[in-house]
Amino acid sequence: MTTPDALTVDESTLVLGIETSCDETAAALVMGGNDVVSNVVSTQIELHADFGGVVPEVASRAHLDALNPVISRAIVEGGVDESRIDAIACTVGPGLVGALLVGVSAAKSLALAWGKPFVGVNHMEAHLYAASLEDPSLEFPLVVLLVSGGHTMLVEMQDHGRYRLLGQTIDDAAGEAFDKVARFLDLGYPGGPAIDEAALLGDPDAIPFPRAMRDAGLDFSFSGLKTSVMNYVRKHPDVGDADVAASFQMAVVDVLVHKARLAAAQVGATGIVLGGGVAANSVLREELLSACAADGIQGFLPSRAMCTDNAAMIAAAGWHRLRSDGPSTLDVGAIPNLKLPLID
Amino acid sequence: MPEHSIALHAGSLADTHAIAGAVAELSRPGDIIVLAGEMGAGKTAFAQGFGVAVGVTDRVTSPTFTLVHSYPIESGPRAGKATLHHADLYRLDRTSEVADLALRELAEYGGIVLIEWGDVVDVFGDHLVVRLEPHRSDPADADAADDDSDVLTLDGQRDLEIGAVGTGWAGRWQSLLEAVEGYRC
Repeated sequence: MTTPDALTVDESTLVLGIETSCDETAAALVMGGNDVVSNVVSTQIELHADFGGVVPEVASRAHLDALNPVISRAIVEGGVDESRIDAIACTVGPGLVGALLVGVSAAKSLALAWGKPFVGVNHMEAHLYAASLEDPSLEFPLVVLLVSGGHTMLVEMQDHGRYRLLGQTIDDAAGEAFDKVARFLDLGYPGGPAIDEAALLGDPDAIPFPRAMRDAGLDFSFSGLKTSVMNYVRKHPDVGDADVAASFQMAVVDVLVHKARLAAAQVGATGIVLGGGVAANSVLREELLSACAADGIQGFLPSRAMCTDNAAMIAAAGWHRLRSDGPSTLDVGAIPNLKLPLID
Repeated sequence: MPEHSIALHAGSLADTHAIAGAVAELSRPGDIIVLAGEMGAGKTAFAQGFGVAVGVTDRVTSPTFTLVHSYPIESGPRAGKATLHHADLYRLDRTSEVADLALRELAEYGGIVLIEWGDVVDVFGDHLVVRLEPHRSDPADADAADDDSDVLTLDGQRDLEIGAVGTGWAGRWQSLLEAVEGYRC
């Protein structure tokens, strides 16, 4: 075992990022905190015909099978020798303990074997860095609207490592509502794109679905909306899927954009950054951009690859963490209910 | 099949939370509580009422996508002595994946475990099962209503059935009956 040399963290520092917190097994190489050298997610490559990229890799076993090939692929695609890697960053939480442990154990083993520093990364914090990977010119303070199957939150990013939670869902995440409504309407999987497509032919004002908590602070609630959609369709069996999809989608987007705007005004943000899988929704993207234009602030919409779970954002967050706090010790383990580090 | 069961009616979200609270008061580390019922039946709403009553100070949110949420219990008689785990099997479709979540083990190591869609598998041994469904009003009345205020509302009425599988709740069943007496059908 070698002891890592003191590391100077600069524009040439190459970080290997590893992510295994939930469904995706991912690895990436990022230089200088924002230059993506390679970015591999297991669902992109066919490891086993069985998986098909549909079944969630909740099984630690699935992460275990996928991780080594994914890391190798990230290094090969990066076109670098592994000796060029300066540090290894890995998600330590939040997530499923068994899944997290696969990544954390691998990252620490590589750190020991290569004699390079290890840095533990908070998955939620990494999502906040995804935007800066594609636009390093973003200026603080920013409001990040993070919307996925598992999360719906508004975060003020005052600076690197300085966050304030402005609001979050009190029940279901927005992406979960999309998925469940799509399943109820039998529109197919994944639910987000299915609703988006069905809604193209519908009238977003056809049904006045409730906007829960629209005028009550910056928290969200989507559980009642889902139930309301189901009750409405049961009572009106002849209603068209397109109108239901369009009206439901507008109810979600309306609340998300309204609150993101309020949040940006409250903190004097230079812009709103969208993140999470729901950031791929076409109406959310349009409405957010036009709201930002109306308010004279920037609207930033990262690509889908950066919005969903990936390891490039882990490497980027790891680079910033290394620069501000240095490496983590090797006794850092998986932390299933890790919270976003907040100021205040 | 449950050894004991009881049918209840919740007239509002507050009632659902109160019934969940009554179950929470009697729960202890090692308990597994299965939450059954269709989408939108109120499984997460029940879990939220349970969480508050058992002493969780964090907000309890849906674990559908994240699969398991674990909350430290920080107030009340169980403070520092137990953890609430809230799982959801909705996204899983293989028994081996359920095994991977190690829910039985979480209960054995000082956890109280709530499992949404836990009725789709039969692997949990002794447990309490809470079946929820939206209360269906008389169809004639519903058709008579010429507006949609009844379906666009956010505070639903529910019917609940609580059953005890195995002997884990035998010693607590009478207390549970007394605690939810006011909601019996």
